[in-house]
Amino acid sequence: MKIVVAIKQVPVRDSQLRVDAGAHWIQEDDLSFEINEPDAYALEEALQLKEKHGGEVVALCAGPARAASTIREALAKGADRAIHVEDENLRQLDTLGIAHLLAGALKSEKPDLILTGLQSDDLGYGQTGVVLAELLGVPHSTIIMQVEVDGAGIRVKRELENGFFQHIEIPLPAVLTIQSGINKLRYATLMGIKKAKSKEIRRVMVGELGAAPQATAVLERVYLPQKSKQTQIFEGDAKTVAAQLVEKLKFEVRVI
Amino acid sequence: MSGVLVVMEQQDGVWHRMSWEALAAGQQLGKELGVPVFAAVLGQGIEKLGAELAAKNLSKVHVVEHALLKQYTPDGFTAALEQLIKAHTPGYVLFPHTYTVRDFAPKLAARFGRTLISDVISFHQDAGSPVFVRQMFQGKLNADFRPQGEGAVFASIQAGAFRAEKLEAGTAPVETFSPQMEAAQIRTKPHQAFREAARAVDLTAAEIIVSVGRGIKEKDNIHVVEELAQALGAELAASRPICDNGWLPMERQVGSSGQTVSPKVYMAVGISGAIQHLVGMKGSKTIVAINKDANAPIFEVADYGIVGDLFEVVPALVEAVKKAKSS
Repeated sequence: MKIVVAIKQVPVRDSQLRVDAGAHWIQEDDLSFEINEPDAYALEEALQLKEKHGGEVVALCAGPARAASTIREALAKGADRAIHVEDENLRQLDTLGIAHLLAGALKSEKPDLILTGLQSDDLGYGQTGVVLAELLGVPHSTIIMQVEVDGAGIRVKRELENGFFQHIEIPLPAVLTIQSGINKLRYATLMGIKKAKSKEIRRVMVGELGAAPQATAVLERVYLPQKSKQTQIFEGDAKTVAAQLVEKLKFEVRVI
Repeated sequence: MSGVLVVMEQQDGVWHRMSWEALAAGQQLGKELGVPVFAAVLGQGIEKLGAELAAKNLSKVHVVEHALLKQYTPDGFTAALEQLIKAHTPGYVLFPHTYTVRDFAPKLAARFGRTLISDVISFHQDAGSPVFVRQMFQGKLNADFRPQGEGAVFASIQAGAFRAEKLEAGTAPVETFSPQMEAAQIRTKPHQAFREAARAVDLTAAEIIVSVGRGIKEKDNIHVVEELAQALGAELAASRPICDNGWLPMERQVGSSGQTVSPKVYMAVGISGAIQHLVGMKGSKTIVAINKDANAPIFEVADYGIVGDLFEVVPALVEAVKKAKSS
């Protein structure tokens, strides 16, 4: 089975974010970057499927030059090779544009299965996988918690709301968006890191993929959210703040 | 027709409650733009739902009926709505941001050459056109998105962002729309929805909930918050990553994939407050947040906040609660 995993590089979780001077994005200079967490689970799922059924895992990433570090890590964890759609101005595109580039880069690949995380931790649009499936003309399913190969197709467990799940049968090729927590993530081994150095990364320039559609929703301004509530913040050492909070819980909220 | 079309969600004849919030958003957008508002509902044998919609202030209700729409599939819903939208050409198409909408609306929008503006929390008019506000970086930042180019604008509305109580009543004509569809168009085969096991823990009945997140760092630290829950007589709950890691059972998860709670007091310990968690608890009467990051989105919904190390604050809190209870 040939599996492509679409991964994205995002700022490290818990980064202190600051809006840039033009209020168009965040200041990236002093940030560290890592694989988008749901994409890490998608990669792990692809590696486990390969271990069970054989085949190949190809990591696919659209991002600037710095994304190479995240691609290397995917190779170190066990992906066989990678495709890097490299461009420094991808933020000018929206999901449709990015999915167009990803679909273009996959033209010669003909994968059986494409996995990606259910959403990105930065933009959070949550739709790249679905739009990619539409552009490739293949079926999809989202928020997947389990993947089983079943003859010529797959059977997936999709998460629904309120603790419900649903099994769905899907013919291949198909696109799945993977939910965080579907599996246990592995670490790259020393051997894996060593091997990754000789694995192929095919760099694709945006110009080779045909004009991407213009953004249909333009990000105009980024800003800190306005607080909807007055929050009373207690200050002082642990003992002091604990006493202040308990007083509120006892005399105002009246639950103690 | 131009105007605003709101696509409502139902399952087995029961409305998804977020549908009404999306409809309220649609009425507000229609009013701001001075254009008519329409609603659509998809399924089979759903005349009753159409009649309910007819009692709202709408220009028309579209009941989209087909045997292949009885059970949701992305192919079926996309095909049916593509035909409805082509027939009536709305300027704006709004959805509730549900799991189902996340599954098909991006595909539908892509078919019209558009990107869905997903998980919208508000909109406002600027220079003669609407600007949609959505959250980024798990709620740490907001961003204004302005639609560009020709064609309908597709947007989904976040849970709790608009109030269903604000819906305006009225009378609207109901029209049945019968899309042309064949079984062969539907490539996926869905099975019945199920729950893993009966829920032993009903968090919705709890008066006080102590909820724990990533800040607890490892399983061996869970006892720290357990002691606080015990001292307060509270139920213990958690954000998704804690349950994913198996540190607490899934049935104690609060958020869009877990339970939705509104206790008297919700104490969020080491929870940053991602959108998926907030939608499950922001209706709580009093929210207390304990987090080391002063910029964590949880403080936006908190009534009381403590910025600090939970491993120092929580034990001190346990002592203070015990002391208050014994005095």
